[in-house]
Amino acid sequence: MQVKSMTSADSEKQARIGVYVCHCGLNISKTVDCAKVAEVSKELEYVVEAKDIAYACSEPGQKEIVDGIIDNDLDRIVVASCSPRLHEPTFRQMLQKADLNPYMLEMANLREQCSWVHMSEPEAATRKALDLVKMSVSRAALLWPLFEETLPLTKRTMVIGGGVAGIQAALDLADNGYEVVMVEKNPSIGGTMAKLDKTFPTMDCSI
Amino acid sequence: MTDVGRHPNIKMLTMSEVVGIKGYVGNFKVEILKRARYVDESECTACGDCVKVCPVVRSDEFNEGLSSRKAIYSPFPQAVPSSYLINVNECLGHNPSVCSKCLDACDKKCIDFQMSDEKIVEEIGTIIVATGLEPYDPKELDEYGYTRYENVLTSLEFERLVNAGGPSQGEPIRPTDRKTPKSVGFIQCVGSRSARRGSEYCSNTCCMNTVKSSLVLKEHYPDIDIKVFYVDIRAFGKGFEDLYMRSKRYGVQYLRGLPGTVEELDDSSLRVAVENTATGKVEYHDLDMLVLALGMKPAKSTQRLQEMLGLQLNPDGFYLEAHPKLQPVDAATRGIFFAGCAEGPKDIKESVTQASAASVRAIRLMHKGEISAEPITSEIIEENCKFCGKCAEVCPYNAISLNKEKKIPASVNTAACSGCGTCAAECKFDAIIMNHFTDDQINSQTDAMLVEEPESKIVVFACNWCSYAGADYAGVSRFQYPPNARLIRTMCSGRVDEKFIMRAFEKGAPVVLVSGCHIGDCHYIDANKWTEKRIIKLQGKLEKIGIRPERLQLEWISAAEGMRFADVMRQMEDLRKSVSSEEIAETIEILENRKK
Repeated sequence: MQVKSMTSADSEKQARIGVYVCHCGLNISKTVDCAKVAEVSKELEYVVEAKDIAYACSEPGQKEIVDGIIDNDLDRIVVASCSPRLHEPTFRQMLQKADLNPYMLEMANLREQCSWVHMSEPEAATRKALDLVKMSVSRAALLWPLFEETLPLTKRTMVIGGGVAGIQAALDLADNGYEVVMVEKNPSIGGTMAKLDKTFPTMDCSI
Repeated sequence: MTDVGRHPNIKMLTMSEVVGIKGYVGNFKVEILKRARYVDESECTACGDCVKVCPVVRSDEFNEGLSSRKAIYSPFPQAVPSSYLINVNECLGHNPSVCSKCLDACDKKCIDFQMSDEKIVEEIGTIIVATGLEPYDPKELDEYGYTRYENVLTSLEFERLVNAGGPSQGEPIRPTDRKTPKSVGFIQCVGSRSARRGSEYCSNTCCMNTVKSSLVLKEHYPDIDIKVFYVDIRAFGKGFEDLYMRSKRYGVQYLRGLPGTVEELDDSSLRVAVENTATGKVEYHDLDMLVLALGMKPAKSTQRLQEMLGLQLNPDGFYLEAHPKLQPVDAATRGIFFAGCAEGPKDIKESVTQASAASVRAIRLMHKGEISAEPITSEIIEENCKFCGKCAEVCPYNAISLNKEKKIPASVNTAACSGCGTCAAECKFDAIIMNHFTDDQINSQTDAMLVEEPESKIVVFACNWCSYAGADYAGVSRFQYPPNARLIRTMCSGRVDEKFIMRAFEKGAPVVLVSGCHIGDCHYIDANKWTEKRIIKLQGKLEKIGIRPERLQLEWISAAEGMRFADVMRQMEDLRKSVSSEEIAETIEILENRKK
C-alpha cells in the first residue's frame, strides 16, 4: 500500500533491524534471561544485530546502539527495555543522532509489563519477553519514516485557579514576558491561602 | 496577590469559570463564563459607602460564617480586585420602590444592575491547572459533635478567629461566651488516613498547621492549656521538627490517640474521651474549645475540568501527573501542567515550588513560538473513498471534511487530527491509513504473538493513555498477574478495528480484551464511545456466527488503576481457561468458511 508519507525507496528496501535488550541493572535481568532473548532475536527475520545491554538509556548504552546502527547499516531498531511511555522520547532522539528517522523505533516493554509483574516466574517471563520482542520486530519491519510538522503557537498561558499556586505560576510566567490569563471562580484571588492567619514554617502572614 | 492585579502581562478574570476547551497544545480556544459583578471593577474605589446602606445581612463565607456581610460587599479587606460586588441572589433588587439604596449611595456611579454574564473566548498556548482544594466537611464524623456543639470548630474557622482581620480581631474567643478559652484541644486526621470515613491518604499539612496554631496561641497566652490528639505527628519538612519541638517546649501536650466521643458539659466546655495508645488507658479531658484539623479533598471542579481537558485522576480524586518522579507537574496531555493542591495535598512552600516548575515547563514549550506536531495522524487513500462520511462523523476533532454530493473524497486537517485512529477503524473501505498504527503494523503484532501456542495467550489491546499506562502502573507497583497476557498498544481504544479482533480469533486466540479509558475520561474527547458501540456490535455478530461472545471483553482501566489491571488480567486468565482447544479449532473453521 502506498501513501504520501511513505517514499518508494523505503518500501522497496529490505528492513535492517537491530534489537537491543536492556538489563536495566537487575530490574529486568533478575527475572528475564536477557542474553537468551537477544540470542533468539538474532534468528528473527530482518534482524541484523541483536545484543543485550546493561543500561540502554545510559550514555554508554546509547553509544553502543548508535555504533551498532552505523556499523551494521541498520535502518530501524527495537529497544526491549522499559515502557515507551518513559523512554520513547530518549530513544527517538538517539535515532536522530544516528541519522535515522525517529519513528523507525519500536520498544518492547520488558520492565513495567514483564519483569516487574511476573517476578516469581522467570521462565514464563522470559517466554513473554521473547514474544514481546518478536511482536516488536514484526511491527518494526513495517514502520516507515514520519516527519513532524511545525505549527504556530500562541505564547499565552491560562492559569486556572488564583490560589497561591496559581498566583506564583502566573507571576513567574508574566515576569518572563509571557501573557497570562488567570481564571478564578471566586470574586477575589487568594484561594485557601488568603484565609490562613500565620503560615509555617516561617510563622508569618499568609497575604 | 496585588502583583497579579497590577501586572501588565496578566489578565485577571474573577468570578469566572472555564466552560469549554477546543484545540490542542499551542492552539487552545478556551471559552470562559464571567459572571456579572454588578459593580464596575475598574471604577470602584472600595470606599464602602454602599455597604453602609445595604439592608441585607448575610453570613460571611470568607470568615467561615463567623461574621456577617451585606449583599454588596468586598470578600475581604485585601481582596484582589478590591472592587465590591453584589450577590444578586441576596440583593433586594434595584427597583426604587424596593431598595436601590446602594445606587444612591455610590458617588462614582459604578453600580450597574444591567450588567450581565459574559462569554469570553481566549486563544491560549498552554494551561496550568491550579484549582486547589476543598476542605473536608467533618459533619459525618458525628462523634466529634461539629455543628452540634458550638465550641467545636474546624481548623479553618480557628484560622479566622486568630486572624487580626477576622471576626474577633484576632482574639481566639469561644463562640458560646466570647471569652478566651483556658484550654484548647486539637483533633488530627479529621477526614484523612481513614479507610472508613473521609479519605485514606494523608493530607500532608494538618500536623504542621496544628503545631503552628499551638504556637500562635502559646505566644499570646503562655498559660493556655493545649492538647493535641494525634495518630502520628508528621513533621517531615525543612524547619518543621524545630517548630514541633518549640511547641513541645512551650508545654503543648501531644497525646497519641483519636477521641472516641466528645460531649458537651453544662458550661459548654467539652469532655473528650480518648484511648491514649501510648499508655493503653482511656482518658477524659475537659477542654474549653476543640479544633478539628481538617483534611483536604480535591476541588469540586476537578471532575468537570478533567473531562473537559481529557486529563486523568488518581484513585483519591486529585489530578494524575505524567510521571510521579520525572514529570511531576506535567499532565499526560501535552501543554497542560499542574500546580498546587490540584495534584495532591501540599503546603504553601510545595505549592509555590510546583507552580514555578509548572511555569518553566510551560515556557519550555512556548519559547520557540512554534510547536512540532506528532506525525501520528490519519491519511486518506482517495481512490478508496466512497464518500460515505463515516470518518467525518466519528472524528472527535472535526478534522475530516468531505463532500458527499460533489463526491469530493475525505481529507484530513493534520493540524487538527490528534491521531486517535477512530476514523481508520470505522472506515469500511480501507480508505484511511493511520500513520504509525496501520492495519498491517498492528496485525503483524497479533500474528507474531500467536505463532506459537496461541491457545495459551491473552490478547490485549490497550490504549496508550489509560489502559497501557494502567498496566505500567501495575508494574511500578509490582502487582503480579498471569504471565500470558500480551499487550498491543494503540493510541486510543477507538483505533481497535473489528478486523484486528477477528484476525486474533482467526489465528487461534482464545480470548481478546479491548481496554481503554473510562467513558468521560477519553484522551481523545469521546472517541472511546465508538469503541464501546463497536465492541457491543461485534459481540452480537460473534454470537450470530457461533462464536462465544464472552471471549471478547471490553474493560475500562484508567492510568491509576494498576490493581484493577492486574485483577482484569486474572479474570481474563479464568476466561481463557474456559476456552478449549476444540472451541478454538471450531472458531478458526467458522472464520475460514466465512472468508470463502
